[in-house]
Order: sequence, then structure tokens, then C-alpha cells
Amino acid sequence: MSSTPGASSTDTLVALVGNPNCGKTALFNLLTGGQQKVANYAGVTVERKEGVVRLAGNKSLRIIDLPGIYSLRPRSQDERITCDIIQGRVWGEKKPDLVVCVVDATNLRRGLRLVLTIKRMGIPCIVALNMSDLATQRGLNISVDALSQELGLTVVQTVAIKAGGDGPLRTCLAQQSWESLASIPASSANQTGSNKQVEMDHVAVKQILHRLNLDHLIPDHLTDRLDRLLLHPLLGPIILAGVLFFIFQAVFSWAALPMDLIESATSGLTTYLNSTLPASWWRSLLTDGLIAGLGGVVMFLPQILILFFFILFMEESGYLPRAAFLMDRLMGSVGLSGRSFIPLLSSFACAVPGIMSTRTIANERDRLITILIIPLMTCSARLPVYALLIGAFIPQRSVWGFELQGLVLFGLYLTGIIGAMLVALAMKVLTTTGRQTRPLMMELPTYHRPTLLSIGLGLWQRIKIFINRVGGIILLLTILLWFLASYPSAPEGAAGSAIEYSYAGWLGRGLQYVFHPIGFNWQISIALVPGLAAREVAVSALGTVYALSGDNTATLLTPILSSQWSLATALSLLAWYVFAPQCMSTLVAIKRETGGWKAPLIAGGYLFALAYLASFITYRTAVFLGWG
Amino acid sequence: MNLETVPLGTMWRVKSVHEDPFDHEKGVHLEEIGFLEGELVSVLVRAFPGDDPMVVRVGHSTFALRRVEARCVEVEPDYSSV
Repeated sequence: MSSTPGASSTDTLVALVGNPNCGKTALFNLLTGGQQKVANYAGVTVERKEGVVRLAGNKSLRIIDLPGIYSLRPRSQDERITCDIIQGRVWGEKKPDLVVCVVDATNLRRGLRLVLTIKRMGIPCIVALNMSDLATQRGLNISVDALSQELGLTVVQTVAIKAGGDGPLRTCLAQQSWESLASIPASSANQTGSNKQVEMDHVAVKQILHRLNLDHLIPDHLTDRLDRLLLHPLLGPIILAGVLFFIFQAVFSWAALPMDLIESATSGLTTYLNSTLPASWWRSLLTDGLIAGLGGVVMFLPQILILFFFILFMEESGYLPRAAFLMDRLMGSVGLSGRSFIPLLSSFACAVPGIMSTRTIANERDRLITILIIPLMTCSARLPVYALLIGAFIPQRSVWGFELQGLVLFGLYLTGIIGAMLVALAMKVLTTTGRQTRPLMMELPTYHRPTLLSIGLGLWQRIKIFINRVGGIILLLTILLWFLASYPSAPEGAAGSAIEYSYAGWLGRGLQYVFHPIGFNWQISIALVPGLAAREVAVSALGTVYALSGDNTATLLTPILSSQWSLATALSLLAWYVFAPQCMSTLVAIKRETGGWKAPLIAGGYLFALAYLASFITYRTAVFLGWG
Repeated sequence: MNLETVPLGTMWRVKSVHEDPFDHEKGVHLEEIGFLEGELVSVLVRAFPGDDPMVVRVGHSTFALRRVEARCVEVEPDYSSV
């Protein structure tokens, strides 16, 4: 609201506005270099990107990159933010002193319609004719001066994907006299543009393009040729399946080595400290609390990096919306759209990066449902638990030519997937928004070669977001769980293991009454408490409860479990792990991505109920069959 | 003739966009993303099975539309040869 004339140049705010896929963000990256701050707008999950542009003569400007819009009538939360900000209607956000309208030079019609709308509203603006190199390549000779005269606005040419391609815009910003800007009057009472206005702008743009001899269509042969293959009704889905399989494999296997390294680094450090420092409460806090917690946070980074590298690559190149198009029908059958597929798939590796990647889902309702069902995808942290229980209780024999143990594992994956589909389907049937067909109207942009700068910056921002806003809470909760599992310490000459006497032990003993109907003994109940830190921790916690020590806890546990637990209990625990919200990192990520405690509470609540129900049915059926 | 039923790959021009009685915003949004009178349109792909959604070219832009969305776009043959 405060476009005070004569404000010092560092207070000057420039906003980048344009159609989706006009290369606006690439231009923003080029203008600011690495100097960007990514945050969220207050109360919504729309990303707010601000940076500083350093200009010649020691001048600098603040610049924000606003979400892409087609018009000033918003369709989504992102678009509403853009419309509100350029009109100075967002509390706590300064109204931009100048709007840079970024127009894709190869798609002038649509871009210029937006320019006319913004100009009509009396917002000071200049036009950046982006991708001007591509336009020239395709034989479009756009006269900057003539266009500038037609529009009555300053026009500069930019090439956002080339170093120095922002030169003309920088020069223009450096020469801009900011004092004279505030005084352009709005020309019409009807500012946001009714249907009539859109048509009037359309006619105006057509006339301008006709006068400049730019009104013929020039096809993009590369995009057409690629689309004939990648969107082919039969070949398209096959290629997509190949791409997705490759990404899934990469997230799983490429991350394995760095994750092993992180694990051996933390355990090596712990062993070293335990052997050099005197035994004390602070040594335990350092090794079992702080180092274990930090290791647990860093452990997520390899998978996040690899997954987001592929997602950013697909997004930048233009393939991501096409993948969503190809998956739309399948996901539509359970009331979601194609955009939900990649977050769900990547959650088989880990739910945390999966939840973070739901940002690519434009529809808020679809995004929330996707986040809620993501924990049902079998993440890799469940595997140690599954492996332990299957190894101890499922005999090694073949059934119809298949390994029984493998079949059970496959069944557990399948149960998670079917559970997720049923939950999504229930939300489709039970909610009014679910029954409506949601608009698709999704643009398939022309293909572009992704730039290293954009992918690198994108990855860097994901890492920062994860460490700043998810990592801190995970670390704190790990230390809290360490405290619960260590205090009060066991009395002198106590018979059982130390954890039995701690707060976690008390909690577990209390919980056994809750879990008794589903066949869990007090040892399991105790192990579930530290198991909240991460699912696989339950294995080592069981080892602690059964007073085992050493590196091969799982091998030592197997005979103990198979002799002390009934098959019904083991099956019940497996069913529990398919559904239970046994991972606080996931809940923290949900809180972070939805901006409140409501969604994580709903997720935790319904998953707990589902897990309890599934375990109850499993246990009772197994007991009935005589496996109790 | 509307865009939902035109043969694949043939060129048409947008005649008008009419309102969907159940969703008044739909027509407006179609116009705003570029389905405006006189624009050249063609259907590039129809998904298999069920022909839904479909890929539509309008002017220089390409969009994935649902059949119900394409149904709102009235088209006429492209008489001029551009």
C-alpha cells in the first residue's frame, strides 16, 4: 500500500507477472542469481519468492516472482495471491512500485491480453519480451519500438535461459525514474475485466498483431513431434511407465550408498564418543539424542535430492503436466487428478519428500487428500520391521511356485495401495467437492531444455526448506523421545532392561491395555513409543526391551520372537505397520506443508483408527483359525 | 459443432464459448486461457480409453481439457486458409 514517492532505491519493489510457462521464474533466477528468499505467504501454502537485483551504479531493487496468471480473475489460490498483490490488497505486503509483465515472445496473443488488462488497471508496468531468441529462430520479427508504441509501454527483449540475457531489462530498471510512476490513472471502472473485457482485449491484441504483421501461426515442430510420441494413446503410457520406474529405482538405489554412509558415520561417531567420553547423562544425550536425531534428519536428504532432481527436470522440460495428463484417467477413478501420481509413487521410498512434492498439485482439495493417503504407501523404513517379522514367523516354502515370504511382503504393499485407493474413493463419495468433476484446463507448455541454474536453485531451496522447517522439529522430537526412554534410570540391581523403568516404559505399560485387544504384549507396546521417531527404530527398541546388544539385533531377535510371540500377534503387528502413523517426521512434514495442525491431526487420527481396526480383525481372525 | 466431437488433427475456428449450466466459471476460464472467437483450434490427442481427457491446440498454446470442457467450445470450419 505504501508506494511513497521518493523512497530510497532499496525499498523499491518490482514484481514479475506473466502467464504460466512464459519463463518468468527463469528470468527471476537470472536477475537475482542465488540471492533469493523462499517463504510462504501468510496463512496459505503459496510460495513467496523474493530476491535482490543488483544494478549498475550500486543500485539495488527488491523483486518478487509472482505465480503465473492468465487473467486478473483468479482460479486458484496462487493466482489470487498474484492478483491481490499487484493491486496492493495483501496485508503486510507492499504494493509493487513497478510490474514487469513477462510475455512469451512466441505466444504474443495471450501475453499481450494480460498486459492490456494490467495497463488498464493503472498499474505502472513495463513489458519484458522473453524467449525473444526462440521467436527470432522461428522467423518472427518483432519490432520492439513498434510494439512499444502500440502498447504505450516500455518494451525490452530478454532471453532468460542465457547468461546476460537479462541485460536490456537491467538497463531499463537502472534508468527507471521511480518518482514519476505513482501517477498513472486507472482508465476504467470495471477493473478486473468481465467477459466483455476479455473479448475487447482479444480484438485489440489481434489488431495490434495484424498491424505489426505478427498475426500468423508458426508451429513448434519439435514440440509437435515429441508430443506425437509422448502423448500417443498407447506408446505414451508405456514410455511414462518406463520413466516412472526409472525414477523409483533411482530414488531407491542411488540413495542407498549415501544413506549407508550417513548411517555408518553416525554410528562410528557414536561408538567413538562412547569409548572416549566417560559414561554420563550428557554423553547419552549427545550420542543417543543429538547425533541420532541429526543423523535421522540428514538421512532424508539423499532421497529428497534425487526425487526433486527428477521432478524439477520434468517440470522445467514441460513433461510433468503431460505425465499428469496421461495419469489423469487412472487417478480420476478414485477422485484425484493425474498430478497426484508422482507424489504417491515417490512415497514408496519415503513419505517426507512425497509430501513435499504435492506442491505440484494445483487443486487444494486434491492436494490435501493426496497428503492424507501418502502415509499408506509402503515406505522403505517399514522394510526392516517387515523383514524381521516375516523372517521370524512366515515359513520358507513355496506356494503355487512363489516364495511364501515374498508373497506376504507383496501382500503388505498391496494392502497399503488398496487402503489408499479406498480412502480416496470414500472421500470422493462422501464429500460434495469429491463428486464434482474438477476442471482440468491444464496447459501443456512447449518443451524446453532445463537449465542447470534453475534445477540447482530449485534443489537448494528444497533442501533449505526441509532442514529449516522439518529438520528442527524432527531433531527436537528425537531428543524428547531419548529423554522419555532414558529417564528415570533403572534402580540399582534391577532385573529388567533399563527402558522398562523409564517414562517410555511406563507409557508402554499403560498402552498395553489399549493394545491388548489386538494381541500386542507389553514389550511391543514399549517398542512402539521410540518407534515413533522412525519406523525402523522399533526393531532396535525391541532389541533393547529384550535386553539384547550388538550390531545384529535383528538376527538375535528372530528366535526370541518366534518362540515368545504367537503367529496371531505377529500378523497383527504387520497389519499395524501397514496403516499406523508410526512416523512423526511424516506428521511434521504434513504440518509444514498444510500450514497448521489440523491436517496432521486428521491424518494421525484416521490412520490410528484404521490400523487398530485392521490389527483387530487380523488378530481375531488368526486366533479363530487357531494361530493364537 | 463443438470441440468435443471434431475429428483429430483437423483445423477449426472458435465460434463462441457457451456457459455450462452447472459451472458458470467454466466458460469464462476457457475464454481467459485463449478460447476466443476466431482462434484456430484442433484436437491433437484423445486419451485411451474413453477419449477423456483430450489435448487441444488453441492458437500457440496447448491444453489438456476434459470432454465436458471441450463441449462448451462451439467451433466452425476454418474457411480462410492460414
